[in-house]
Amino acid sequence: MTAMMHEQQTLTPAGETRMPETKMTETKMTARDVKVFYGEKQAIKGVSIDVDMDNVTAFIGPSGCGKSTFLRTLNRMNDTVASARVEGTITLDGEDIYAPSMDVVQLRARVGMVFQKPNPFPKSIYENIAYGPRIHGLAHAKADLDVIVEKSLRRAGLWDEVKDRLHDSGTALSGGQQQRLCIGRAIAVEPEVILMDEPCSALDPIATAKIEELIHELRGRYAIVIVTHNMQQAARVSQRTAFFHLGELVEYGVTSDIFTNPRQERTKDYITGRYG
Amino acid sequence: MTGPAILLLLAGLGAIAWVSARARAMRLQSAARASGRRDAVHSLPGYHGWYVALWTLVPAGLFLAVWANVAPGLVTQDVLGSPAAQSLPADDFSRSAILGEARAIATGMQAGAFNPLSQGLVEPYRDAIGQYGFAGAALALVLAFAGGAYAFTRVRPDFRARTRVERLVMATLLIASLLAIITTLGIVASLLWESFRFFSMVSPVDFLFGAKWSPQSAALGYGNDDAFGAVPLFWGTIFIGAIIAMAVAIPLGLMSAIYLTQYASPTFRKWMKPILEVLAGVPTVVYGYFAALTIAPALRDFAVMIGIHGASSESALAAGLVMGVMIIPFVSSMADDSIAAVPQSMRDGSLAMGATTSETIRRVLIPAALPGVVGGVLLAVSRAIGETMIVVMAAGLAANLTLNPFASVTTVTTQIVQLLTGDQEFDSAKTLAAFALGLVLFIVTLLLNIVALRVVKKYREAYE
Repeated sequence: MTAMMHEQQTLTPAGETRMPETKMTETKMTARDVKVFYGEKQAIKGVSIDVDMDNVTAFIGPSGCGKSTFLRTLNRMNDTVASARVEGTITLDGEDIYAPSMDVVQLRARVGMVFQKPNPFPKSIYENIAYGPRIHGLAHAKADLDVIVEKSLRRAGLWDEVKDRLHDSGTALSGGQQQRLCIGRAIAVEPEVILMDEPCSALDPIATAKIEELIHELRGRYAIVIVTHNMQQAARVSQRTAFFHLGELVEYGVTSDIFTNPRQERTKDYITGRYG
Repeated sequence: MTGPAILLLLAGLGAIAWVSARARAMRLQSAARASGRRDAVHSLPGYHGWYVALWTLVPAGLFLAVWANVAPGLVTQDVLGSPAAQSLPADDFSRSAILGEARAIATGMQAGAFNPLSQGLVEPYRDAIGQYGFAGAALALVLAFAGGAYAFTRVRPDFRARTRVERLVMATLLIASLLAIITTLGIVASLLWESFRFFSMVSPVDFLFGAKWSPQSAALGYGNDDAFGAVPLFWGTIFIGAIIAMAVAIPLGLMSAIYLTQYASPTFRKWMKPILEVLAGVPTVVYGYFAALTIAPALRDFAVMIGIHGASSESALAAGLVMGVMIIPFVSSMADDSIAAVPQSMRDGSLAMGATTSETIRRVLIPAALPGVVGGVLLAVSRAIGETMIVVMAAGLAANLTLNPFASVTTVTTQIVQLLTGDQEFDSAKTLAAFALGLVLFIVTLLLNIVALRVVKKYREAYE
């Protein structure tokens, strides 16, 4: 036990020590000493972190540092990789999501995900949004579904642009619109947490600005975790920032602190552009 | 001089040309190098060798090929001009029989003459053949020497032999690829020509829309009214190849592709895919045995047991089922390709919404892969309707227009085989009908293939 505590401290020296001076809010997800292996290779080396409801959490770090891998453990998307193995505990509202009793289908309905490249289904805009509610049986009548579709598209900031062509193909939209469609698709099943894996890396600056604005609006309604390797973006959209390096969580704290006053040398080097 | 000897001689000349040209190029080039100008030397000596060898061999070889076709005519001309030919009969048929016999004796393929007239022609023939053979060989050798000498004089350090040789290599490859296309065009042309002859005897409307097929009734002595209505054949082909076979192959092929791409462990997949591909290589005649000897009798017994009338021991169902099994690997591998081409991000997107694997397959993967799968199925149909052995062995010959899968039906390919096996006269409508059927089959499979390939290609582009 002591050994583990010790290990945890060396791995995440600043982990829990600097928790926010801003308002304390309800913790949504917690990870304790999470390790991820791909076959023999260890990709995540004991990460502990809390994700709360009212703050947007950003994961930053150089390419290959494990931030996306860690993000994908939060809704068990790593299950689809045959060689991946996860150790440690991750809870959602205190419930272990890797427990055998946890149904991964329900977990993913509660923890939605938006990917790096917009990946709308080759169906109409309407059907893209209706996909989740249909498979989870959230709407029984067409009218209910219409309401959900409209509400989700409004929240995703896309309604005004597409309301007249809901039955056009989702793949015909622009990249930025497609990404907002994917966010709307995730929102449609009323998740509690939304994971975003570099959601703007394939978008132009204007589309990026729209997504960032959307993240601001969604904050508070959903716990949001965003992976980005754009540090300005992390500074703009998040209130908490976690810096990953070589599979370790180097530093986690209030975004403004991380950027203006990092405690760890590695964080400072990364933020000032020494590597990454 | 005989053929093999002259070829051997030419090969020897080519080898000598290669060696001497290469040696000369080496000598000249080392001299040029000694002079210190690097750009004075262009090609490696080996290229000079090839250049001269090709000049020695190609013109002489081409000449021999032409000569081999022209010489027999010249020989015959010569023989006809000899005094012994004056006594030949006037009619073409017996004249050419005698000439043929004389030639066979002269070249040693036949020992003695049946017709005394030909005996007298053997001597002139022998003379003429020897004369022209010698002339051909001499001309070929002259050409070889001339070509070789011409090329040899061009060997200089800065001569671009490499470029020339490359050009010839390219030309050879081009000709090789054109040959396949030209042959196909030739086949199409002959098909068109024979079909045209058929349609000048039988109206295309009767052929394409007539419902009675009995092309051999005159030959078999059932009266004189041959009928060439091919609708029962078209129906039989579609019934077996496009309906029954596809009813087996589409679901099974698709499901096996889904299992292999989505559920199977990498190890299982690694073993299973090659096994499926081996199935595709089983000769169709083997499937034919199986259909005719195992499936067909079992189906007939089954039909009799459940009280279906008109059950035959050669049935559409037997042929169709076995053909379907034969097509499974084909459909499976096409579907496998198109499912694998759906981006992983699509699958992840659906799974991340909380969809199960089978929901993801049903609602996202299959719709996304559908164009590719449809293209694959069209290709499979075109293979199935052109398939011959299984239907010849298991489907029967009776041209029935029936919906009963236990009855015997016949197909286009079966009838083509039927019409063209054995000794045939190529001027009766009965035989020519085979070409018209072949033409229809050719056009239909061609269209199917074009549509299928376009669909598949368009779909591939969508994800690139």
